Amino acid sequence: MPTWLMAFPESPVLSVLLLVVVLVIAMYGARSPAHRVIQSTAKAVTQACKLTADAIRGVQNRLTDRTREVLLSEGLQEAERQIEQEFTRIASSVERDLGAYPALHRILADQVQRVDEDYRKATDAPPALEGWKQTIQAAGELTKTLGSPTAAGKAVDALRVTVEKVHDEALDLYRENSRERHRLLAKMVPAWRSMDSTLTRVETAVTGIFERSRHLDDLMRGYRDIASKSDAAERALATSSLTQFVTSALVLVIALLGGFINFQLIALPMSEMVGATSRIGSMPTSDVAALVIILIEITMGLFLMESLRITRLFPVIGRLERRSRVRMAWATFAILFVLAGIEASLAYMRDMLAADRIALTQTLAGGVVQRPEFMWIPSIGQMVMGFILPFALTFVAIPLESFVHTGRIVLAQMTAGVLRFVAFTVLLVGFSAEHVGKAVKDIYDMVVFLPLKVEELIVDARARVRVDDAAADRTASRA
Amino acid sequence: MTRTSHRVWTTLLGACVVSGCDVAPPGTGVFLLLDTSGTYADELTRAETVINYLLGTLDPGDSFGVARIDGGSFSEKDILFRTTFDERPSVANDQKRQLMEAAAEFADTVQNASHTDITGGVLQAVEWLNEVEPGRKTILIFSDMEEDLPAGYVRDFPLELSGVDVYAVNVTKLRPDNVDPRVYLTRLDQWRTRVESGGGRWTVINDLERLAVELAL
Repeated sequence: MPTWLMAFPESPVLSVLLLVVVLVIAMYGARSPAHRVIQSTAKAVTQACKLTADAIRGVQNRLTDRTREVLLSEGLQEAERQIEQEFTRIASSVERDLGAYPALHRILADQVQRVDEDYRKATDAPPALEGWKQTIQAAGELTKTLGSPTAAGKAVDALRVTVEKVHDEALDLYRENSRERHRLLAKMVPAWRSMDSTLTRVETAVTGIFERSRHLDDLMRGYRDIASKSDAAERALATSSLTQFVTSALVLVIALLGGFINFQLIALPMSEMVGATSRIGSMPTSDVAALVIILIEITMGLFLMESLRITRLFPVIGRLERRSRVRMAWATFAILFVLAGIEASLAYMRDMLAADRIALTQTLAGGVVQRPEFMWIPSIGQMVMGFILPFALTFVAIPLESFVHTGRIVLAQMTAGVLRFVAFTVLLVGFSAEHVGKAVKDIYDMVVFLPLKVEELIVDARARVRVDDAAADRTASRA
Repeated sequence: MTRTSHRVWTTLLGACVVSGCDVAPPGTGVFLLLDTSGTYADELTRAETVINYLLGTLDPGDSFGVARIDGGSFSEKDILFRTTFDERPSVANDQKRQLMEAAAEFADTVQNASHTDITGGVLQAVEWLNEVEPGRKTILIFSDMEEDLPAGYVRDFPLELSGVDVYAVNVTKLRPDNVDPRVYLTRLDQWRTRVESGGGRWTVINDLERLAVELAL
């Protein structure tokens, strides 16, 4: 304890006691201003926290609104694109399936006409067998009546014979005609089948168009929901964005691992080309060179996807004429093919270098250099992998596009969540500051409780005296 | 952006790229001193193991030298080989094979030296390491650390070993060390004092299986 604080240097206890008494008296004297200071400080902190929380909530609301606008806008664009695609598909389907309908109609008409002709030819006109029978019966009865020897009987009999003969000929002709009719009907069967097949094709085409129309209706319904900026549409789009973000992130992680494998395949042989000692910053130049090759392959893949209009990351490429895009696609594919070939050769070189190192290690260890029998298998495998991986990495453009588009939305939503949490925390701090101020005031009063108690007793005593005086005055006035 | 500010940014960026593209010195430089005196000649077969370990561990771009310690070690005649491995791994591997053969030939044809000039060997090693300027300088002394200078040789001066790691490897105990271990400890202590006063770091490795851990190449 500093000596200048000790009133009685020979008695520290007494000095401390005196110090405490002086401090308490001083604190009692400064109680009101001290309370005001504590209260105003607490209020200042509370107000500041409230203002800060309001500002953060304002930023969060603006971010949420902007995110909603972007989400709905992108959802609208996507819906338009899907509707446009669907219309294109319907148009091509109509053109493909029903474009040849006039020819189809002619074929159907020919088939119907042929069937009609065959049908007419196959019309059945049987002879009037009942008439012939009656005639023959009448002639027979007449012969019996007239008797066979008479001339009339003979004439009738001759007539009967002739009629019977004609009747037989008619029956033969009828049978011949029936055979011909059956033959014609049998010829009609392929035509029926052909008609049936043609009509089935037409039915399938029309059914397909109906289904596409129903799908188009669903898309239009979704488009109207998004255009109306409903909360349900926003929620659906947000969920869809999150799903796409997670899916594309997962695919990008897999692609990253593929890129890492690719890097491992070519980093060692790159040190043969650029040297193992030079560095760019803290990284060996060979590693940087390998990384650059992989990034160039990914870039070429990106441009290839853009040229084929599979992705739409670069509007400049999308605006090019079709011929320019085709040329660009071929150029990027050629570069990719060359790089894949280079990688395959580097992968083979890697295998050779690894084998050389193993042989050296075995020699240094005093052993006999042994090359396993089937080492050509991993060599071939590495070469194939070195050739295939660049082409596989070209497709990373698709999840990358999805990741970029949805990442903005998801990041904004996460940021809004963080801002909401920060605002809540700041508000909580302000709320706590208010109560802390009250607590500090109470603690202050606890320290100076003795003089406060004395003050309270004096004030109570004076109050009692005033009450007694007032009562005495009232009694005196009544008397 | 104005033309002047564009030029300034371009210059700064170019300076950054160029400075970052500087070829850094090779990572590690190791110089191995082999004691060929009579008291230590039998240990040289183990030295071959150490050489092979170092050849298997050092990378392209590293520097490696081996010299014998005999009566007058501060001489190029005592250097068996010293080289900086090529940047290309395949060429470096071929170099290592050649050095391995040279070390094996030395182990077969070495003759015992009558004196031991360890200080001269250390000076030779430091001179070469300072010339090559690797990122990490290491001297391995494969010796019993019992210096026995020929008459007239002056070696009692401070050694300049700043930034050098000195490892005494396989420090065998001589007969007087067995009689009075304090002789051994005093000998090592003297070397430690000499190395550390010269700015170097001193380590004793008697268990060769711990060599890899201690060197951490």
